[in-house]
Amino acid sequence: MADAGMLRFHVPEPEVRPGGTPDFSNVPIPKAGSVPRPDIDVDPRTIREHAFSIIRVLNRNGEAVGPWAGLLSSDEILAGLRHMMTLRTFDARMQMAQRQGKTSFYMQHLGEEAVACAFRKALAPGDMNFPTYRQAGLLIADGYPMVTMMNQIYSNEADPLKGRQLPIMYSSKEHGFFSISGNLATQYIQAVGWAMASAISNDSKIAAAWIGDGSTAESDFHSALVFASTYKAPVVLNVVNNQWAISTFQGIARGGSGTFAARGLGFGIPSLRVDGNDYLAVHAVAKWAAERARSNLGPTLVEYVTYRAGAHSSSDDPSAYRPKTESDAWPLGDPIVRLKNHLIQLGVWSDERHAQAEAEILDTVIAAQKEAESHGTLHAGGKPSTRDMFEGLYAEMPPHLRRQRQQAGV
Amino acid sequence: MPRRTMIEAIRDAMDVSMGRDERVVVFGEDVGFFGGVFRCTQGLQAKYGKSRCFDAPINESGIVGSAIGMAAYGLKPCVEIQFADYMYPAYDQLTQEAARLRYRSNGDFTCPIVVRMPTGGGIFGGQTHSQSPEALFTHVSGLKTVVPSNPHDAKGLLIAAIEDPDPVIFLEPKRLYNGPFDGHHDRPVTPWSKHELGEVADGHYTVPLGKAAIRRAGSAVTVLAYGTMVYVAQAAVEETGIDAEIIDLRTLLPLDLDTIVASVKKTGRCVIVHEATLTSGFGAELSALVQETCFYHLEAPVTRVAGWDTPYPHAQEWDYFPGPARVGRALLETMGA
Repeated sequence: MADAGMLRFHVPEPEVRPGGTPDFSNVPIPKAGSVPRPDIDVDPRTIREHAFSIIRVLNRNGEAVGPWAGLLSSDEILAGLRHMMTLRTFDARMQMAQRQGKTSFYMQHLGEEAVACAFRKALAPGDMNFPTYRQAGLLIADGYPMVTMMNQIYSNEADPLKGRQLPIMYSSKEHGFFSISGNLATQYIQAVGWAMASAISNDSKIAAAWIGDGSTAESDFHSALVFASTYKAPVVLNVVNNQWAISTFQGIARGGSGTFAARGLGFGIPSLRVDGNDYLAVHAVAKWAAERARSNLGPTLVEYVTYRAGAHSSSDDPSAYRPKTESDAWPLGDPIVRLKNHLIQLGVWSDERHAQAEAEILDTVIAAQKEAESHGTLHAGGKPSTRDMFEGLYAEMPPHLRRQRQQAGV
Repeated sequence: MPRRTMIEAIRDAMDVSMGRDERVVVFGEDVGFFGGVFRCTQGLQAKYGKSRCFDAPINESGIVGSAIGMAAYGLKPCVEIQFADYMYPAYDQLTQEAARLRYRSNGDFTCPIVVRMPTGGGIFGGQTHSQSPEALFTHVSGLKTVVPSNPHDAKGLLIAAIEDPDPVIFLEPKRLYNGPFDGHHDRPVTPWSKHELGEVADGHYTVPLGKAAIRRAGSAVTVLAYGTMVYVAQAAVEETGIDAEIIDLRTLLPLDLDTIVASVKKTGRCVIVHEATLTSGFGAELSALVQETCFYHLEAPVTRVAGWDTPYPHAQEWDYFPGPARVGRALLETMGA
């Protein structure tokens, strides 16, 4: 019998703190190709193990193996590599721009590039993503102009959001990218509502919801799973588990649930875990989930197992709460390096071509940056007007706002 | 013209809107098959099908959050929160999402939703079936807040709210659902069938948002009220014999300041009445606006009669509810009597 003395309060702790040696040896990593690919109309009760394992396609040798392999042509894979490299370069330049005082804030995707870039390619035109602040890969992979993204980051005169939003809170209906909000998890249930609307309208479009590991603790995560389950909404419920919510390790949000994917099982939602640093695995699972939604089979929950290699944001210093070398020890490696090795293994890529592509991409990003900066940065050059501050709140400006705009002298 | 209760008028507004526009969908807790705990959606599911009118899980954030997603898609959801007292779990979605979606996306996405919620006390509803949280909405940039006081307005304002391109909080004083109520709880309540404002035209009509109605013209003092307090004010005026002008605000935001200012400039006095708690209530905003815009016309301090700054009690219902006696005293004091 258990000790029936004084109660003890439990607070989970990460295995290692700053100064310690990172050790992921207790994280079970299944072999690439070892997790079966079920039919899309599978009974969720029969694939419970998919919520605890990790679907992987790329093996150590860079080969694509197993039942989830073989969906993309080498040209499509090359395009995917380019998207991830572009996002990483974009991040580096914008992080630097923040340090130079050209913008107030930035958030990188370092190490998570595969997730959004590969997912985007599983969607069809008209589908809608409800992203968090760490899925700019959806825009990059869909060809959204980098200059426009930078204009938003700089809050300059060409900012499509007129300087009203914090940097990186992009919005593009045209590119299936719902307006980002600072309030975590709110978009998760909105995505389900959008999907319900598509079903109500007998449309063929689907929605994709996005959330991080930490935000799954928000009540809107629960709301979304309940509504998606009840109405069999055509939505893919994505959980990007990058192990960290600012300084908080994923165990604080996950508790004893085993995995975030396992949360979906209680709602009767097919739930899968996938190697988030494996572009091909992410794409294959996303496509499976999107097909389920499009075939009126209802929602799917997908947990992307990855690692937030960079700081949480430009305002964060991770060395205060985790070992500096932890990302090097991460067993699923770097998504760009892994896809690059695969393409070399396929014989369609080389280190030389990769270096050349890196240089080309850097040139492209720098050119975009120059163009954006010609429209101004946060503290210099062209900026949105004070008038823009009052406009666009309501379809028609109510009298009290008209009076205030007048008082402001604009 | 047919007479309807406020419940029937609200139901008729949704029926008319759903019939005219297939993008209008109605959902909430017990709203579908059962037709709502107050019967406001009775028959809508049978008439329009489960895709247009359906039951929702007990999750206010989910109801409003999913409605926002639907609106972003292009539908026009008219959702119900069973009691305004239970809107708090949805407050994040309403204030941070619905209110700001148009602004933050520069019109890329919009949020034409209506959130209906029964509000107000006077029904022995205790702490969580009596609240009047309108000030928590009027404080939020991007929302519109409407409180009808009679069946005619309820239908016209609700149709206008559903057709409005922006999010509208539609607070229905449940004390008025079946008949006007002037605070005299010891007297029998008259049904709407005996009241001229119970006349509700068939078919489509709107009452514009942002326009107040003068319920009683007068020259001595202006009374600003909305919802149930319109009838309480009328009773207080009759009982004191003061020639008050009673303005039913109908929409709190955007506010019809022009009508208020014209009246106060004429009367030189102003009494504000609401059920909600006093401190930082909507009355404070009204008082400040009247002071700012009518200062040189005022002959007495602007007075507020409101619920006390306590949670809404059960046994002390009529000590809490600002009835005609309290409103009457405020009128007399304002007149210097």
